[in-house]
Amino acid sequence: MSSTHDTAQHSPYKAGDAILQHSRPYFIVGGILFVFTVLTVAISYVHFGSHAANIAIGLAVASFKAACVAAIFMHLNHEKRLIYVVLFFTVIFAVACVYLTWKSFADPIPGTQHFVR
Amino acid sequence: MEIPYTVSARPDTGLWNAKLGIWLFLASEVMLFGGLFSAYIFLRIGSEPGYWPLGVLNVPVGTLNTFVLIASSVTVVLAWVALKVRNFFQYKLFMGITILCGILFLVVKLTYEYPQKFHHYGVFIKKDALGKYDAFLGNNHRREKGLEPRVEITGKLYQESDEYLKIKVDAPFTDPTNHKYDFPPLFPHKVTDTVVKIDRADIQHHGVFAPKHSPYFATYFCITGLHGLHVLGGVIVFLYLWLPCGASLYKTNPEHLANRVEVAGLFWHFVDLVWIFVFPLFYLL
Repeated sequence: MSSTHDTAQHSPYKAGDAILQHSRPYFIVGGILFVFTVLTVAISYVHFGSHAANIAIGLAVASFKAACVAAIFMHLNHEKRLIYVVLFFTVIFAVACVYLTWKSFADPIPGTQHFVR
Repeated sequence: MEIPYTVSARPDTGLWNAKLGIWLFLASEVMLFGGLFSAYIFLRIGSEPGYWPLGVLNVPVGTLNTFVLIASSVTVVLAWVALKVRNFFQYKLFMGITILCGILFLVVKLTYEYPQKFHHYGVFIKKDALGKYDAFLGNNHRREKGLEPRVEITGKLYQESDEYLKIKVDAPFTDPTNHKYDFPPLFPHKVTDTVVKIDRADIQHHGVFAPKHSPYFATYFCITGLHGLHVLGGVIVFLYLWLPCGASLYKTNPEHLANRVEVAGLFWHFVDLVWIFVFPLFYLL
Protein backbone atom coordinates (compact mmCIF):
# COMPACT_ATOMS: atom_id res chain seq x y z
CA MET A 1 0.00 0.00 0.00
CA SER A 2 1.41 3.39 -0.91
CA SER A 3 1.78 6.06 1.68
CA THR A 4 0.04 9.29 0.87
CA HIS A 5 3.19 11.41 0.91
CA ASP A 6 5.57 8.92 -0.56
CA THR A 7 7.99 10.47 -3.06
CA ALA A 8 10.56 8.88 -5.29
CA GLN A 9 13.70 8.65 -3.23
CA HIS A 10 16.10 8.92 -6.13
CA SER A 11 14.20 11.67 -7.92
CA PRO A 12 16.38 14.45 -9.31
CA TYR A 13 13.56 16.88 -8.54
CA LYS A 14 13.69 18.71 -5.22
CA ALA A 15 11.02 21.01 -3.86
CA GLY A 16 12.01 24.60 -4.51
CA ASP A 17 14.21 23.88 -7.56
CA ALA A 18 13.87 26.33 -10.44
CA ILE A 19 11.80 24.86 -13.29
CA LEU A 20 14.39 25.96 -15.84
CA GLN A 21 16.95 23.79 -14.06
CA HIS A 22 15.06 20.67 -15.21
CA SER A 23 13.40 21.76 -18.44
CA ARG A 24 16.36 22.44 -20.76
CA PRO A 25 15.93 19.16 -22.77
CA TYR A 26 12.25 19.91 -23.31
CA PHE A 27 12.97 23.36 -24.74
CA ILE A 28 15.67 21.91 -27.01
CA VAL A 29 13.34 19.18 -28.32
CA GLY A 30 10.53 21.71 -28.73
CA GLY A 31 12.90 23.86 -30.82
CA ILE A 32 13.96 20.84 -32.90
CA LEU A 33 10.30 19.98 -33.56
CA PHE A 34 9.54 23.54 -34.70
CA VAL A 35 12.56 23.60 -37.03
CA PHE A 36 11.86 20.16 -38.49
CA THR A 37 8.21 21.06 -39.06
CA VAL A 38 9.35 23.98 -41.21
CA LEU A 39 11.83 21.63 -42.90
CA THR A 40 9.07 19.09 -43.62
CA VAL A 41 6.99 21.77 -45.33
CA ALA A 42 10.00 23.14 -47.26
CA ILE A 43 11.24 19.81 -48.63
CA SER A 44 7.75 18.79 -49.71
CA TYR A 45 8.05 21.51 -52.37
CA VAL A 46 11.42 20.19 -53.60
CA HIS A 47 11.15 17.51 -56.27
CA PHE A 48 13.44 14.58 -55.40
CA GLY A 49 13.01 12.75 -58.70
CA SER A 50 9.80 10.91 -57.93
CA HIS A 51 6.77 11.32 -55.71
CA ALA A 52 7.74 8.11 -53.88
CA ALA A 53 11.11 9.67 -52.98
CA ASN A 54 9.36 12.76 -51.60
CA ILE A 55 7.07 10.55 -49.50
CA ALA A 56 10.02 8.52 -48.17
CA ILE A 57 11.99 11.65 -47.20
CA GLY A 58 8.93 13.33 -45.66
CA LEU A 59 8.18 10.24 -43.57
CA ALA A 60 11.84 9.94 -42.51
CA VAL A 61 11.70 13.50 -41.10
CA ALA A 62 8.35 12.74 -39.41
CA SER A 63 9.83 9.56 -37.88
CA PHE A 64 12.75 11.54 -36.47
CA LYS A 65 10.32 14.05 -34.92
CA ALA A 66 8.23 11.22 -33.48
CA ALA A 67 11.37 9.61 -32.01
CA CYS A 68 12.25 12.93 -30.30
CA VAL A 69 8.77 13.15 -28.76
CA ALA A 70 8.86 9.52 -27.61
CA ALA A 71 12.41 9.64 -26.21
CA ILE A 72 12.34 13.00 -24.40
CA PHE A 73 8.75 14.11 -23.83
CA MET A 74 7.51 10.57 -23.08
CA HIS A 75 10.73 9.68 -21.23
CA LEU A 76 11.31 6.50 -23.23
CA ASN A 77 15.05 7.19 -23.11
CA HIS A 78 15.02 6.02 -19.48
CA GLU A 79 11.98 3.91 -18.72
CA LYS A 80 11.40 0.69 -16.80
CA ARG A 81 11.91 -2.61 -18.62
CA LEU A 82 8.23 -3.58 -18.55
CA ILE A 83 7.29 -0.52 -20.64
CA TYR A 84 9.74 -1.60 -23.36
CA VAL A 85 8.29 -5.14 -23.27
CA VAL A 86 4.78 -3.71 -23.78
CA LEU A 87 6.01 -1.53 -26.65
CA PHE A 88 7.88 -4.43 -28.26
CA PHE A 89 4.66 -6.43 -28.55
CA THR A 90 2.81 -3.32 -29.70
CA VAL A 91 5.22 -2.93 -32.60
CA ILE A 92 4.91 -6.63 -33.47
CA PHE A 93 1.10 -6.42 -33.59
CA ALA A 94 1.11 -3.12 -35.50
CA VAL A 95 3.43 -4.55 -38.17
CA ALA A 96 1.25 -7.68 -38.33
CA CYS A 97 -1.80 -5.46 -38.87
CA VAL A 98 -0.22 -3.84 -41.94
CA TYR A 99 1.26 -7.14 -43.15
CA LEU A 100 -2.08 -8.98 -42.98
CA THR A 101 -3.81 -6.16 -44.87
CA TRP A 102 -1.13 -6.41 -47.53
CA LYS A 103 -1.50 -10.19 -47.71
CA SER A 104 -5.25 -9.80 -48.25
CA PHE A 105 -4.44 -8.36 -51.69
CA ALA A 106 -3.05 -11.76 -52.64
CA ASP A 107 -6.23 -13.56 -51.56
CA PRO A 108 -9.20 -11.39 -52.64
CA ILE A 109 -12.80 -12.46 -52.17
CA PRO A 110 -14.40 -13.49 -55.51
CA GLY A 111 -17.05 -11.07 -56.71
CA THR A 112 -15.63 -8.03 -54.94
CA GLN A 113 -14.23 -4.95 -56.63
CA HIS A 114 -10.64 -5.92 -55.86
CA PHE A 115 -10.95 -9.43 -57.25
CA VAL A 116 -8.78 -9.27 -60.36
CA ARG A 117 -7.86 -12.59 -62.00
CA MET B 1 -10.66 2.85 0.34
CA GLU B 2 -7.23 3.97 -0.72
CA ILE B 3 -6.12 3.04 -4.21
CA PRO B 4 -2.74 1.29 -3.98
CA TYR B 5 0.46 2.23 -5.80
CA THR B 6 -0.61 5.68 -6.97
CA VAL B 7 2.78 7.10 -6.00
CA SER B 8 5.17 4.31 -5.04
CA ALA B 9 6.12 1.52 -7.43
CA ARG B 10 4.59 -1.94 -7.30
CA PRO B 11 7.35 -4.37 -6.37
CA ASP B 12 6.60 -6.81 -9.21
CA THR B 13 6.26 -4.30 -12.08
CA GLY B 14 8.59 -1.60 -10.81
CA LEU B 15 5.97 0.98 -11.84
CA TRP B 16 3.15 2.82 -10.14
CA ASN B 17 -0.12 1.43 -11.45
CA ALA B 18 -1.37 4.32 -13.57
CA LYS B 19 1.94 4.46 -15.44
CA LEU B 20 1.61 0.85 -16.57
CA GLY B 21 -2.09 1.43 -17.26
CA ILE B 22 -1.52 4.39 -19.56
CA TRP B 23 1.17 2.55 -21.53
CA LEU B 24 -1.14 -0.42 -22.06
CA PHE B 25 -3.83 2.02 -23.18
CA LEU B 26 -1.38 3.72 -25.55
CA ALA B 27 -0.48 0.30 -26.94
CA SER B 28 -4.15 -0.19 -27.86
CA GLU B 29 -4.17 3.31 -29.36
CA VAL B 30 -1.21 2.41 -31.56
CA MET B 31 -3.27 -0.49 -32.90
CA LEU B 32 -6.32 1.76 -33.44
CA PHE B 33 -4.45 4.41 -35.41
CA GLY B 34 -2.20 1.73 -36.95
CA GLY B 35 -5.26 0.10 -38.50
CA LEU B 36 -6.45 3.43 -39.90
CA PHE B 37 -3.02 4.35 -41.27
CA SER B 38 -2.87 0.88 -42.77
CA ALA B 39 -6.18 1.61 -44.55
CA TYR B 40 -4.75 4.94 -45.74
CA ILE B 41 -1.63 3.27 -47.15
CA PHE B 42 -3.53 0.64 -49.10
CA LEU B 43 -6.22 3.00 -50.38
CA ARG B 44 -3.53 5.34 -51.58
CA ILE B 45 -1.44 2.60 -53.20
CA GLY B 46 -4.60 1.24 -54.84
CA SER B 47 -5.80 4.56 -56.26
CA GLU B 48 -5.35 5.18 -59.96
CA PRO B 49 -3.10 8.06 -61.11
CA GLY B 50 -4.87 11.40 -60.62
CA TYR B 51 -7.54 10.06 -58.28
CA TRP B 52 -5.66 10.85 -55.03
CA PRO B 53 -6.14 14.62 -54.49
CA LEU B 54 -3.01 16.65 -53.76
CA GLY B 55 -2.81 20.23 -52.54
CA VAL B 56 -6.44 20.53 -51.44
CA LEU B 57 -5.68 21.36 -47.80
CA ASN B 58 -4.42 24.65 -46.42
CA VAL B 59 -0.72 24.02 -45.62
CA PRO B 60 -0.05 27.23 -43.59
CA VAL B 61 -3.08 26.54 -41.39
CA GLY B 62 -1.99 22.92 -40.94
CA THR B 63 1.51 24.13 -40.06
CA LEU B 64 0.05 26.57 -37.52
CA ASN B 65 -1.90 23.74 -35.89
CA THR B 66 1.28 21.63 -35.80
CA PHE B 67 3.09 24.47 -34.01
CA VAL B 68 0.20 24.75 -31.55
CA LEU B 69 0.38 21.04 -30.70
CA ILE B 70 4.18 21.10 -30.33
CA ALA B 71 3.93 24.15 -28.04
CA SER B 72 1.31 22.35 -25.95
CA SER B 73 3.56 19.28 -25.68
CA VAL B 74 6.31 21.52 -24.25
CA THR B 75 3.99 23.30 -21.81
CA VAL B 76 2.40 20.11 -20.50
CA VAL B 77 5.79 18.67 -19.63
CA LEU B 78 6.73 21.99 -17.99
CA ALA B 79 3.53 21.77 -15.94
CA TRP B 80 4.67 18.33 -14.77
CA VAL B 81 8.16 19.65 -13.89
CA ALA B 82 6.50 22.52 -11.97
CA LEU B 83 4.63 19.98 -9.83
CA LYS B 84 7.79 17.92 -9.27
CA VAL B 85 9.53 21.01 -7.86
CA ARG B 86 6.32 21.93 -5.99
CA ASN B 87 5.61 25.20 -7.76
CA PHE B 88 1.82 25.19 -7.99
CA PHE B 89 1.53 28.66 -9.52
CA GLN B 90 3.70 27.71 -12.50
CA TYR B 91 1.84 24.41 -12.82
CA LYS B 92 -1.43 26.34 -13.18
CA LEU B 93 0.19 28.67 -15.70
CA PHE B 94 1.67 25.98 -17.96
CA MET B 95 -1.38 23.73 -17.72
CA GLY B 96 -3.58 26.72 -18.57
CA ILE B 97 -1.49 27.39 -21.69
CA THR B 98 -1.74 23.70 -22.65
CA ILE B 99 -5.53 23.81 -22.37
CA LEU B 100 -5.69 26.97 -24.48
CA CYS B 101 -3.49 25.36 -27.15
CA GLY B 102 -5.78 22.30 -27.27
CA ILE B 103 -8.84 24.50 -27.62
CA LEU B 104 -7.16 26.62 -30.32
CA PHE B 105 -6.32 23.47 -32.30
CA LEU B 106 -9.96 22.34 -32.19
CA VAL B 107 -11.32 25.78 -33.03
CA VAL B 108 -9.12 26.02 -36.13
CA LYS B 109 -10.15 22.53 -37.21
CA LEU B 110 -13.88 22.87 -36.60
CA THR B 111 -14.53 26.48 -37.53
CA TYR B 112 -12.13 26.94 -40.43
CA GLU B 113 -10.67 23.77 -41.95
CA TYR B 114 -13.67 21.44 -41.99
CA PRO B 115 -16.29 24.06 -43.06
CA GLN B 116 -14.05 25.12 -45.97
CA LYS B 117 -14.10 21.56 -47.27
CA PHE B 118 -17.88 21.29 -47.01
CA HIS B 119 -18.23 24.34 -49.31
CA HIS B 120 -15.82 23.15 -51.98
CA TYR B 121 -17.11 21.08 -54.86
CA GLY B 122 -15.51 18.44 -57.04
CA VAL B 123 -16.71 16.80 -60.25
CA PHE B 124 -14.95 13.63 -61.43
CA ILE B 125 -15.09 13.29 -65.20
CA LYS B 126 -15.61 9.92 -66.87
CA LYS B 127 -12.41 8.61 -68.42
CA ASP B 128 -13.79 8.59 -71.97
CA ALA B 129 -14.92 12.24 -71.61
CA LEU B 130 -11.65 13.66 -70.26
CA GLY B 131 -10.57 14.84 -73.74
CA LYS B 132 -13.74 16.92 -74.08
CA TYR B 133 -12.67 19.05 -71.10
CA ASP B 134 -8.96 19.21 -71.87
CA ALA B 135 -9.12 23.01 -72.26
CA PHE B 136 -9.73 23.08 -68.49
CA LEU B 137 -7.82 19.97 -67.42
CA GLY B 138 -4.66 20.41 -69.52
CA ASN B 139 -3.92 16.69 -69.60
CA ASN B 140 -2.00 16.77 -72.89
CA HIS B 141 0.41 19.23 -71.29
CA ARG B 142 0.63 17.12 -68.13
CA ARG B 143 1.26 13.92 -70.11
CA GLU B 144 4.16 15.60 -71.93
CA LYS B 145 5.65 16.66 -68.59
CA GLY B 146 5.19 13.21 -67.03
CA LEU B 147 2.64 14.47 -64.48
CA GLU B 148 -0.41 12.61 -63.23
CA PRO B 149 -3.61 13.48 -65.15
CA ARG B 150 -6.32 15.75 -63.78
CA VAL B 151 -9.57 13.79 -63.60
CA GLU B 152 -11.60 16.18 -61.46
CA ILE B 153 -12.78 19.76 -61.92
CA THR B 154 -13.05 21.59 -58.59
CA GLY B 155 -14.49 24.91 -57.41
CA LYS B 156 -17.88 26.11 -56.21
CA LEU B 157 -21.17 24.70 -57.42
CA TYR B 158 -22.80 27.56 -59.35
CA GLN B 159 -25.84 26.02 -60.98
CA GLU B 160 -27.28 22.57 -61.63
CA SER B 161 -30.00 21.05 -63.73
CA ASP B 162 -30.99 17.56 -64.89
CA GLU B 163 -28.64 17.89 -67.88
CA TYR B 164 -25.59 19.67 -66.52
CA LEU B 165 -23.65 21.17 -63.61
CA LYS B 166 -22.05 24.60 -63.73
CA ILE B 167 -18.96 25.11 -61.59
CA LYS B 168 -17.08 28.28 -60.75
CA VAL B 169 -13.69 26.68 -61.08
CA ASP B 170 -10.46 26.95 -59.08
CA ALA B 171 -7.65 28.94 -60.66
CA PRO B 172 -5.70 26.01 -62.25
CA PHE B 173 -8.65 25.18 -64.53
CA THR B 174 -8.59 28.66 -66.09
CA ASP B 175 -4.96 28.27 -67.21
CA PRO B 176 -4.23 24.52 -66.92
CA THR B 177 -0.93 24.54 -68.83
CA ASN B 178 0.63 27.23 -66.64
CA HIS B 179 3.75 25.78 -64.97
CA LYS B 180 2.82 27.26 -61.59
CA TYR B 181 -0.13 24.87 -61.43
CA ASP B 182 1.94 21.75 -62.16
CA PHE B 183 2.55 20.97 -58.49
CA PRO B 184 0.45 21.33 -55.30
CA PRO B 185 0.33 24.90 -53.95
CA LEU B 186 1.36 26.23 -50.53
CA PHE B 187 -1.87 28.23 -50.22
CA PRO B 188 -5.11 26.73 -51.60
CA HIS B 189 -6.11 27.89 -55.07
CA LYS B 190 -8.68 30.67 -55.22
CA VAL B 191 -12.07 30.12 -56.83
CA THR B 192 -12.42 32.23 -59.97
CA ASP B 193 -15.46 33.66 -61.74
CA THR B 194 -14.87 31.37 -64.72
CA VAL B 195 -17.84 29.04 -65.08
CA VAL B 196 -17.43 25.58 -66.64
CA LYS B 197 -20.49 23.68 -67.81
CA ILE B 198 -20.21 19.90 -67.38
CA ASP B 199 -22.78 17.56 -68.91
CA ARG B 200 -24.16 15.03 -66.44
CA ALA B 201 -23.54 12.30 -69.01
CA ASP B 202 -19.80 13.02 -68.66
CA ILE B 203 -19.76 12.88 -64.85
CA GLN B 204 -18.47 9.85 -62.98
CA HIS B 205 -19.47 11.26 -59.59
CA HIS B 206 -19.61 14.65 -57.89
CA GLY B 207 -20.07 16.31 -54.52
CA VAL B 208 -18.57 18.52 -51.82
CA PHE B 209 -15.27 17.62 -50.18
CA ALA B 210 -17.00 15.34 -47.65
CA PRO B 211 -15.98 11.77 -46.70
CA LYS B 212 -17.94 10.24 -49.60
CA HIS B 213 -16.08 12.43 -52.12
CA SER B 214 -13.09 10.06 -52.33
CA PRO B 215 -10.98 7.59 -50.32
CA TYR B 216 -8.68 10.56 -49.60
CA PHE B 217 -11.36 12.58 -47.81
CA ALA B 218 -12.84 9.42 -46.21
CA THR B 219 -9.51 8.69 -44.53
CA TYR B 220 -8.81 12.41 -43.89
CA PHE B 221 -12.05 12.97 -41.97
CA CYS B 222 -11.86 9.60 -40.23
CA ILE B 223 -8.29 10.01 -38.96
CA THR B 224 -8.39 13.76 -38.22
CA GLY B 225 -11.86 13.38 -36.66
CA LEU B 226 -10.67 10.61 -34.35
CA HIS B 227 -7.54 12.61 -33.60
CA GLY B 228 -9.70 15.65 -32.81
CA LEU B 229 -11.76 13.56 -30.37
CA HIS B 230 -8.50 12.62 -28.64
CA VAL B 231 -7.55 16.30 -28.40
CA LEU B 232 -10.97 17.02 -26.89
CA GLY B 233 -10.55 14.15 -24.40
CA GLY B 234 -7.11 15.45 -23.41
CA VAL B 235 -8.45 18.98 -22.88
CA ILE B 236 -11.27 17.68 -20.65
CA VAL B 237 -8.80 15.70 -18.50
CA PHE B 238 -6.44 18.69 -18.28
CA LEU B 239 -9.35 20.92 -17.24
CA TYR B 240 -10.24 18.46 -14.48
CA LEU B 241 -6.65 18.51 -13.21
CA TRP B 242 -6.45 22.31 -13.53
CA LEU B 243 -9.70 23.17 -11.75
CA PRO B 244 -10.07 23.10 -7.91
CA CYS B 245 -9.94 19.27 -7.87
CA GLY B 246 -6.26 19.60 -8.80
CA ALA B 247 -5.64 22.16 -6.05
CA SER B 248 -7.20 19.97 -3.37
CA LEU B 249 -5.15 16.94 -4.42
CA TYR B 250 -2.02 19.11 -4.46
CA LYS B 251 -2.64 20.05 -0.82
CA THR B 252 -3.04 16.43 0.34
CA ASN B 253 -0.61 14.61 -1.99
CA PRO B 254 1.33 16.68 -4.54
CA GLU B 255 3.24 13.69 -5.91
CA HIS B 256 -0.06 11.97 -6.74
CA LEU B 257 -1.14 15.03 -8.74
CA ALA B 258 2.26 15.07 -10.49
CA ASN B 259 1.76 11.43 -11.47
CA ARG B 260 -1.75 12.12 -12.77
CA VAL B 261 -0.38 14.99 -14.86
CA GLU B 262 2.40 12.72 -16.14
CA VAL B 263 -0.14 10.10 -17.24
CA ALA B 264 -2.36 12.70 -18.93
CA GLY B 265 0.78 14.21 -20.48
CA LEU B 266 1.82 10.84 -21.93
CA PHE B 267 -1.58 10.62 -23.61
CA TRP B 268 -1.15 14.19 -24.90
CA HIS B 269 2.30 13.44 -26.34
CA PHE B 270 0.83 10.43 -28.12
CA VAL B 271 -1.82 12.69 -29.66
CA ASP B 272 0.99 15.01 -30.78
CA LEU B 273 2.91 12.03 -32.15
CA VAL B 274 -0.06 10.92 -34.28
CA TRP B 275 -0.38 14.46 -35.69
CA ILE B 276 3.32 14.42 -36.63
CA PHE B 277 2.41 11.73 -39.21
CA VAL B 278 -1.06 13.05 -40.11
CA PHE B 279 0.28 16.46 -41.11
CA PRO B 280 2.74 15.42 -43.85
CA LEU B 281 0.63 12.50 -45.11
CA PHE B 282 -2.53 14.54 -45.72
CA TYR B 283 -1.27 18.10 -46.18
CA LEU B 284 2.06 17.73 -47.94
CA LEU B 285 2.84 14.42 -49.63
